Amino acid sequence: MTPTPAQTIGPFYGYALPFTGGGDIAGGGIVVHGHVYDGAGVPVSDALLEFWQADAAGGLGGAPGSMRRDPVTGAVAGRDPASFTGFGRVATDADGHWTLRTVVPGNGYISVCLFARGLLHHLYTRIYLGRDSFLDSLPPERSRTLTPVAEGRDIYRFDIHLQGEKETAFLDFG
Amino acid sequence: MPPRATTPDLPHTQADAGLKGAPDRPPAGTVTQADIDREIAGLHAAHPESGVHPLRDFPPYRSSRLRHPRRALVAVRDPDAAELTGPVFGVTDVTPLDADLTRRHLHEPLGERITVQGRVTDRDGRPVRRQLVEIWQANAAGRYRHQGDDHSAPLDPGFTGAGRCLTDDEGRYAFTTIRPGAYPWRNHVNAWRPAHIHFSLFGTAFTQRLVTQMYFPGDPLLAHDPVLHAVTDERARQRLVAAYEHDLSVPEWSLGYRWDIVLDGPAATWTEEGR
Ligand SMILES: [Fe+2]
Repeated sequence: MTPTPAQTIGPFYGYALPFTGGGDIAGGGIVVHGHVYDGAGVPVSDALLEFWQADAAGGLGGAPGSMRRDPVTGAVAGRDPASFTGFGRVATDADGHWTLRTVVPGNGYISVCLFARGLLHHLYTRIYLGRDSFLDSLPPERSRTLTPVAEGRDIYRFDIHLQGEKETAFLDFG
Repeated sequence: MPPRATTPDLPHTQADAGLKGAPDRPPAGTVTQADIDREIAGLHAAHPESGVHPLRDFPPYRSSRLRHPRRALVAVRDPDAAELTGPVFGVTDVTPLDADLTRRHLHEPLGERITVQGRVTDRDGRPVRRQLVEIWQANAAGRYRHQGDDHSAPLDPGFTGAGRCLTDDEGRYAFTTIRPGAYPWRNHVNAWRPAHIHFSLFGTAFTQRLVTQMYFPGDPLLAHDPVLHAVTDERARQRLVAAYEHDLSVPEWSLGYRWDIVLDGPAATWTEEGR
């Protein structure tokens, strides 16, 4: 069947998609944060990042409940800390910055799906906290863009460049 | 006095930095709809077979210029890739009222009450079961409830414009809302977006993620919209236009639209029955 085409997320998703605690997949682990930049090096203040990852043991069976609602008020009730959903969603701030709190996935990378005004079709990339044969297959100037910089104990910086000399390696799954 | 335009894609901001001297285009602020239509026609002629998805580099949509990668995407063909699985959502993630955007406030919204329903399948035709669908839209006057929207159309105290639901066991979704208005934007002089509802969908795999926009049949603005026309294939563009179905209209209540959605991207085969 012919797929439905993508369209840009536009600038006005803010009251529909982000949710409280969207960037807090799990506590007690690591913080990954960074900026999103356009081709002129200007921070992108209206990007939305989504994250999908394995749990610490490498399991990809994330539970439901990332945006658990209070059935009385309909407001976001927050995740149940007893279940690992593996999913995060964060909008960039006015300065193009985002932050994710999570655990190191057992398979070594966090999958990222990036949306933004001006981006007509979303882009995938990966945050590598370990290594695998795919990362090793890339030339160094490309694998470098998938590898966060350790800034301190359990804090990693991962900037995304949509275009230009530091352009992030974006992925195609066919 | 012409209406103030909405903020998206405003050509006088950062999105335009460094592009004032682009050689083949008039300076920002003087680009007319006819200029944009000509640019679109040229790109459609140059990209007759560019696939179902929009070109990420589509200069008639001015904000795309600095926000698309220039290097080719890197192919991942790993059967164990995490992206062949994906997040799941359940009954705790939505409330039944979330699917009716007309019943979220003390006041009912102004506008033409509509229902939008359809089926979500993967590209092999399998239904996407019990998965999350999210929508957002402008009100009937073409204004978003967002601080960044400065279009001089009224806000509606009866309307926020955000909804969500889970598909059923056949992959069906349904929303009750009002028909959104068209709105101006600053892509070029006298630029107007056709009426549309933004949709966000999940499949069984993260590779099937889709964010898109649903348009309304017969809208004269469809011919002029650079966002829609970034999809260069005419038949693919038609997939973004809902169908009016009279049998879906409810007497003395609402007008009915159908819009079926097919998610692209591979999935792990074991998810077929599992989720
Ligand atoms: Fe919109």
